[in-house]
Amino acid sequence: MNTWTDGLLIVLVLTNLRLLGTSRLSASIQIVALQGIVMGVLPLVATGADVLVLPLASICLKGVVFPWLLLHSLREAKRLREIQPFVGYTASLLAGIVMLAAAIWMTGHLPLPAHEGPALLVPVALFTVMVGLFVIVTRRTAAKQVLGYLSMENGIYAFGMAFVREEPFLVGVGILLDAFMAVFVMGIAIFHINREFDHIEVDRLDTLKG
Amino acid sequence: MPIYSFIRPLLALILAPLLLGVVNKTKAFFAGRVGQPLLQPYYDISRLLRKGAVYSKTTSWVFRAAPVVCLAAVLIALLMVPLGGRAPLAFGGDIILLAYLLGLVRFLIVIGALDTGSSFEGMGASREVQFSAMAEPALLLGLAALIRKTGCWSLSDIFQGLTFHGLLHIGPAVLLVAGALLVVFLAENARIPVDDPNTHLELTMIHEVMVLDNSGPDFAFVLYAASLKLWVLGALLVNILLPVRTGAAWADTAAAMGGLVVLAVITGVIESTMARMRLVRVPHLLVAAGVLSTLALVLVLR
Repeated sequence: MNTWTDGLLIVLVLTNLRLLGTSRLSASIQIVALQGIVMGVLPLVATGADVLVLPLASICLKGVVFPWLLLHSLREAKRLREIQPFVGYTASLLAGIVMLAAAIWMTGHLPLPAHEGPALLVPVALFTVMVGLFVIVTRRTAAKQVLGYLSMENGIYAFGMAFVREEPFLVGVGILLDAFMAVFVMGIAIFHINREFDHIEVDRLDTLKG
Repeated sequence: MPIYSFIRPLLALILAPLLLGVVNKTKAFFAGRVGQPLLQPYYDISRLLRKGAVYSKTTSWVFRAAPVVCLAAVLIALLMVPLGGRAPLAFGGDIILLAYLLGLVRFLIVIGALDTGSSFEGMGASREVQFSAMAEPALLLGLAALIRKTGCWSLSDIFQGLTFHGLLHIGPAVLLVAGALLVVFLAENARIPVDDPNTHLELTMIHEVMVLDNSGPDFAFVLYAASLKLWVLGALLVNILLPVRTGAAWADTAAAMGGLVVLAVITGVIESTMARMRLVRVPHLLVAAGVLSTLALVLVLR
């Protein structure tokens, strides 16, 4: 039992590192989809949740619907990889390790209430949030930023899982609906940015004003 | 130190070139060829040993000493690596000596290459040093994670401490170390995602270019040392992933050697199914291996 949750959490760390290290957009989308599926399976393995609806909905949404939506809008945009991020991929990997160490250090120093989840859960959740933020800040393409947002959302979900034993059903559904709306809107935004400007690089949008 | 513990290094001396033969046969199978004979590495080495060596006038004693010292360093490393039982040479901290013996081998090959004064070999030397500087942290951090996990400082003790039961218990960290060591294994032995042992194109060569000027017995030493290095690094991986501890020495040894053959086949499969990476992408792969090792270390330190 413990080995399985630890294994899943490490898969989560590895997906984050892969997200930092790859330049291919479709691979990044698949990685975030895998992350979403792991996130859905994790409460089932870790706590043996009795309500199956929310994890299943989460797996469907994050593992199937979001990737499909993003892959669809990318196919329209005809962009396969992000060429020049603000921080290079090897440097991002090294930053990832620093963030992991920071997450573990922070977990030891934050005045957190005691929780019964696996010991790795909180550091991994913090790490996932940090990676999401890092990706949002350092990547140029809108698609990569959406993925960063999703990763961050996964991290917050995991963090909540550690402390809220019985998350009210309505809240869970509400969060999922929010995430769905966000990705939906961002997918449309990617499509429109691409149709107007022949690229999906966000940093070039600020040259428009004037 | 029991006398029979020398049987395993002796077997390694005899069987090491066979692993190269297995890799080549696997690649030939994937390409639909018959391929060179399984014993071809032995034929090559014995042919080279019967030939005379040619030395360029620009070279000094460094160039002549390099292959011999290189072989000697690998032989010492071989005595320290356990394979299905304790190694003949085991003491606290031999893990660090092992890493630096491998570093010494690399250093000697590099200065031997630079000693020829050929710009071509200098290019290979530069690449070799650049990549090994990134592979070494991956190796050392991975080994550090194992030291921390088992609480032992000697290779023999560490690998005695790893068992199948323990592998299930502490699985993830050990698997991460194994993943990192696999990359190090491929990089250090000049196998495909990093270097292509078949090509002799100046754009892609790393290891072969550095030994272009070696000939006769010297080149035989270099080839033999390379196959022993493959054995040594492979033995580390097999010890981690296949910790068979039945108690009967012959069974453990047989299992470990079977594991090495399987590893050679896996290497052949990787070489047949993957393309060599662009040189600028290689550091990325090696850093990723280092990150895996660091992750394992962080997990066991926690």
